[in-house]
Amino acid sequence: MTKPYTIIIGLEVHVQLLTRTKLFCRCSTKFGAPPNTQTCQVCIGMPGTLPVMNREAFKLALKTAVALNCEIADFTKWDRKQYYYPDLPKGYQISQYDLPFSHDGWLEIGDPKDRFERKKIGIIRAHLEEDAGKSMHDEVAGQADSRIDLNRAGTPLLEIVSQPDMRSALEAKAYLSELKLLLTYLGVSDCNMQEGSLRVDANINLHVDTPEGKVATPIVEVKNMNSFRAVERAMEYEAGRHYQVWQQTHQRLGDVPKQTRGWDDVANVTRGQRHKEESSDYRYFPDPDLVPVCVSEAQISEARKSLGELPAALRTRLENTHGIKPYDSDVLVSAGRGLVDYFVELAELSGDGKLASNWVQQDVMRTLNEQKIEIDQFRLQPTQLCELLKAIQDGQIDTGRAREVFIEMVASGKSAGEVMEAQGIEKVDESELVELCQELIAANPKIVADIRSGKQQAAGNLIGQAKKKNPNVNPGRLREIVLDLVGKM
Amino acid sequence: MSLVRLSATELLAQLTAGQITSVHLTEAYLGQIKRHDPQVKAFLRVDTQRALDRAAEIDKRRREGRPLGRLAGLPVAIKDLLCTQGEPTTCASRILENFKPPYDATVIARLKAADAVLIGKTNMDEFAMGGSTENSAFQKTANPWDLERIPGGSSGGSAACVAAGMAPMSVGSDTGGSIRQPAGLCGVTGLKPTYGRVSRYGLVAFASSLDQIGPLARTAEDTALLLEVLAGHDPLDSTSVDLPVPKYSATVKQPLKNLRLGLVREHFGEGLDGEVEAAVRQAVAVYESLGATIKDISLPHGKYGVATYYIIAPCEASSNLARYDGVHYGHRTDEKKMAAAIAAQRSTLEAAGKHVEAEALDNPLVRMYRQSRAEGFGPEVKRRIMLGTYALSAGYYDAYYLKALKVRRLIRRDYDQAFGQVDLIAGPVTATTAFKLGEKVDDPLAMYLVDLYTVSANLAGIGGIAFPCGFSEGGLPIGLQLQAPPFEEERLLRAACMFQRATDWHQRWPSMVPA
Ligand SMILES: [Zn+2]
Repeated sequence: MTKPYTIIIGLEVHVQLLTRTKLFCRCSTKFGAPPNTQTCQVCIGMPGTLPVMNREAFKLALKTAVALNCEIADFTKWDRKQYYYPDLPKGYQISQYDLPFSHDGWLEIGDPKDRFERKKIGIIRAHLEEDAGKSMHDEVAGQADSRIDLNRAGTPLLEIVSQPDMRSALEAKAYLSELKLLLTYLGVSDCNMQEGSLRVDANINLHVDTPEGKVATPIVEVKNMNSFRAVERAMEYEAGRHYQVWQQTHQRLGDVPKQTRGWDDVANVTRGQRHKEESSDYRYFPDPDLVPVCVSEAQISEARKSLGELPAALRTRLENTHGIKPYDSDVLVSAGRGLVDYFVELAELSGDGKLASNWVQQDVMRTLNEQKIEIDQFRLQPTQLCELLKAIQDGQIDTGRAREVFIEMVASGKSAGEVMEAQGIEKVDESELVELCQELIAANPKIVADIRSGKQQAAGNLIGQAKKKNPNVNPGRLREIVLDLVGKM
Repeated sequence: MSLVRLSATELLAQLTAGQITSVHLTEAYLGQIKRHDPQVKAFLRVDTQRALDRAAEIDKRRREGRPLGRLAGLPVAIKDLLCTQGEPTTCASRILENFKPPYDATVIARLKAADAVLIGKTNMDEFAMGGSTENSAFQKTANPWDLERIPGGSSGGSAACVAAGMAPMSVGSDTGGSIRQPAGLCGVTGLKPTYGRVSRYGLVAFASSLDQIGPLARTAEDTALLLEVLAGHDPLDSTSVDLPVPKYSATVKQPLKNLRLGLVREHFGEGLDGEVEAAVRQAVAVYESLGATIKDISLPHGKYGVATYYIIAPCEASSNLARYDGVHYGHRTDEKKMAAAIAAQRSTLEAAGKHVEAEALDNPLVRMYRQSRAEGFGPEVKRRIMLGTYALSAGYYDAYYLKALKVRRLIRRDYDQAFGQVDLIAGPVTATTAFKLGEKVDDPLAMYLVDLYTVSANLAGIGGIAFPCGFSEGGLPIGLQLQAPPFEEERLLRAACMFQRATDWHQRWPSMVPA
C-alpha cells in the first residue's frame, strides 16, 4: 500500500578520525584510558595555551572528502563555536563555519535486495572539528556531582552533512552502511558506534499529498540513535508520528520552530527534548589563534591517489570478473577488504567464482564468526581450501561430506587430501555405482513400486541404504542413476 | 652611582667582568622595591627568596666558569599575565586569584634559559583591559614621577617598576598600546613587536589577533637585548612567524643613514596637548639634525582605529574569557549558598502562585556560571565581554565584527602606502601626560581614547616603540612613538638609540631613585 506522503530524511554523521593524536595537541586519541589521563594543557583549555593543527587529521579528512566526491576548497579556516557546557573547557569548540574545507559531494547507495533503486545521496559539506569531552551525570539528580572526562576533548571529528535525499528508513540505513563501509575501506575511522566514534543525527519531515499538491511538514531533528538499526526504527517511527501530527494539526514547515527529539531504544519511541539548542546563538567567528589552511591541487591529487579501490568499484569488479551476483558481491565487500582478497584468490585458484563465493560466505564466514576472528587469523589459506573445492569439482566428494572435511581441516590444520584419506573418502567408480543401484533395486521392489507411482522422494531410502554400504558414494549421482534405472524398467 | 641607575647593558658588562654579583644586584633592586613599592605598588608579587637563590646559583656558575645565558644574572620583572610554572598568574583578576599554571609561557622559558633572574610579577589592568592599571582587582599602581597619577596601562606595573629603579627591564604585553602608552607616561623605553615576532604561548589571552609580548627597559640598547631573548618562532604558536631573529643588540648603536621620517597629519590635530606636541616636534627636530628628512603623511583610516579596536578586541575577549566559568577555571561561587538561594527564590515564587516564574529559574549549572563570573570579573572586563558578546550575536555580526575587519584591512593598507614613502612614522604616544588616579574611572569612553595613537599599530600588526622625548612643566615624562613596517624592529631600535645618544631624557630619574 502506498502511503499518502513522501519521507524526507537528511543525516548528519560525526566520525572520529583515526589519528594517533588529537586535532590541536599531541595527546593520544586511544579509547578506553582512565578518565583525564590523555590530556594536556592545550586540550583542557588551560589559560594561555594555543592550538596547533594536526596535519595528519587534515590529510585523513581530505582523503574522505575526495572519496565522497566533494569539491575541496582551496582556502579554509577555523571558527569558534561558542557555548557553555562543562565538557567544553574553553567555552568554545574549534570547528568550521562558513568556509568548510569540502562541500557538494555525493555517495551512491543501492539495495542488494532491490527494495529501492540505486541513487546518489548528495553531501552538502564535510568539515573538521574538535570533539568535546564526556559528561557523566549522576543518576539521581542532585544527589551527586557530575563528572567530566576530557580524554575525548580535542579528538578530530569529521562532520558529514547529507542532503535531505533519503526517502525511507531503509535508504537512511543503506546510506549509513555505505558510508561506514567507505570510511572503513579508507582506513580513516573505525566507525565504532558503541565507543562513539560514529554518531548520527537525523533530520526528518514529510511531504504530504494534499489536494493542493505536496505540503512539507515541520522538520524534526532526532538524536540519541545508537545503532544503524536504531536509526532505521527511529525513522520509521517518526514518519508515522509526523503523519499523525499532520492529521491532527496540519502544521506546515515554518509554522513551528525546529524540534529536537531523542530516540528511546527500549520504548521504541522518540521523545521531545528541551529546545535550548534551537534558541542558542553560537556566535561563530574566525579563531584568531589558528592560521587559515590553503589546499593545493597537489595535495588533492595525492589524496585521490591514496584512496585505493573503494567499495562500489570493488563490487563491480567482483561481479564482472568472477561472475557473482550483486547480492553476493555486497556480502563479500561488506565483510571487509581482507575477506574480499581471500575470495578473489580462491576464485582465481578454483576458477569458479560462484563456488568460491558460496564457500567464503557460508563456511568461512561462519567459522570466523564462531571463532570471533578476522580473516587474517583464519587457519586455512585459499590454496588449502581450494584443494577441497577441486575435490568437489572432480566429483570426488559431495558438498555435505566436504563440509565435514572442512570442519576437520579447520580443527586439525590438516590438508583436504589428508582428511579425506583418513576418512576413507575416495571417488567411487561409475560402474560400481550402477552395480550398487541395480542391487538395491532388486532388493527393494516395494520402494521401486513407490518410485514408479511418482513418489520420487522414496529414492531417498535407497540412497540411505547405499551410503551405509559405501559412505563414499555421491548421493546426487546415486539419485540420478536410481531414477534413470527405474525409469527404464 | 647607585647600581639601580645603571642600564642593563652596563650591568651585564659588570656582571661579566666580575665587578658585581647577581646577588648583590638583585639585592639592590629588592631594596628599592622594599623602600618604594609600598607607595608605587608596581608589583603584585615579589619573589624575593627565589630571585636571590637564582642569582646565587648563577653567580656560582659564573665563578665556576660554566656557560651562561644571554641575560645571566639580570633581574627581569614580568607582567602577571604570562604563565609561570607553579606560581600564581592572576591577570590582576579575582577570577584567577588562585590560578597556578603547570607550565611556563614560551617567553618565560626563554628568559629562564637566558639565566635572567625573575624578580616578580607586575600589576596590570585586569586581563590587560585598560589604560591606567586602575582596573587591577588588587591594587592601583602609581606613576613614580607623581604618585597621584596613573602609570598608564595595561602594563602599568611593568613600566612603573623600570621607571622607579625596581628592575632594569621588564616584560609587558601590548594589545592596543599597553606597552608603549605606559612606557611613554613613565619615561621608559618600550617596544611592541610585529604581530608574530614573539610567541604568545602562555600569554593569557585578551585579544588574540592583537596581543603581542614585548620588552620595557631604560634604553633602546637594553630593549634590543631583551627583545633578542624574547623573539623567535615557536611551534606552539601557529601565529608566530618563522623568521630569523636579527642580532638587535649588535646593530642597535648603528645610526640610520638617510632616514625618512613620516609625521602623520592626523596625529597633530585637536586633543593633542600643547606641551606634548612641542616635545614631539622638538624630537623630530633632533632627528632632522641627525640627517633625517621629514615628510608629512596621512593615515586616513586611523580615525576609525579606536572604534575598530573596541569591536575586535571585545569580540575576541568575550570568547577568550569564556573558559573562566567556575567549572574548569576561575573562581567558583559558593555552591551551597547558591543552592539555598535558588530554593528560597523558588519557594517564594511558588508561595505567590507564580509557578511559571518558578519553573523559569536558572538551573544550578547556569546559576553557577552567572554567579561565578559576576563575582570574579571586574566592571571593565564585564563591559567588554558584553560588548563582544553583543557584536558577535546573530544579526549584529556583519554590522560590527565584519565591518571592523574591513576597516582593519584599510588601516593596514594606509600603513603599507605610508611605508612606501617613509622608513618610520613618528608621533606622540599619548595626547597628554599621565592623568590623575581616578580622573577617568567613571568615563570609560574617555579612557578608551588614551589608545588613540597606539591602537592602529596593533590593528595593522606592525611594530612600534615609545621612549621619553621631554618632560612637561609639571615634571611628567612625554613619550615619542616610532612605528615601522612589519619585522623592522631593528630599524625601530636603531632609530631610538640614535635619539638617545643625542639626548638625555631617558637618563632622568624620579626622586625616589637614589643617585
Ligand atoms: Zn592534549
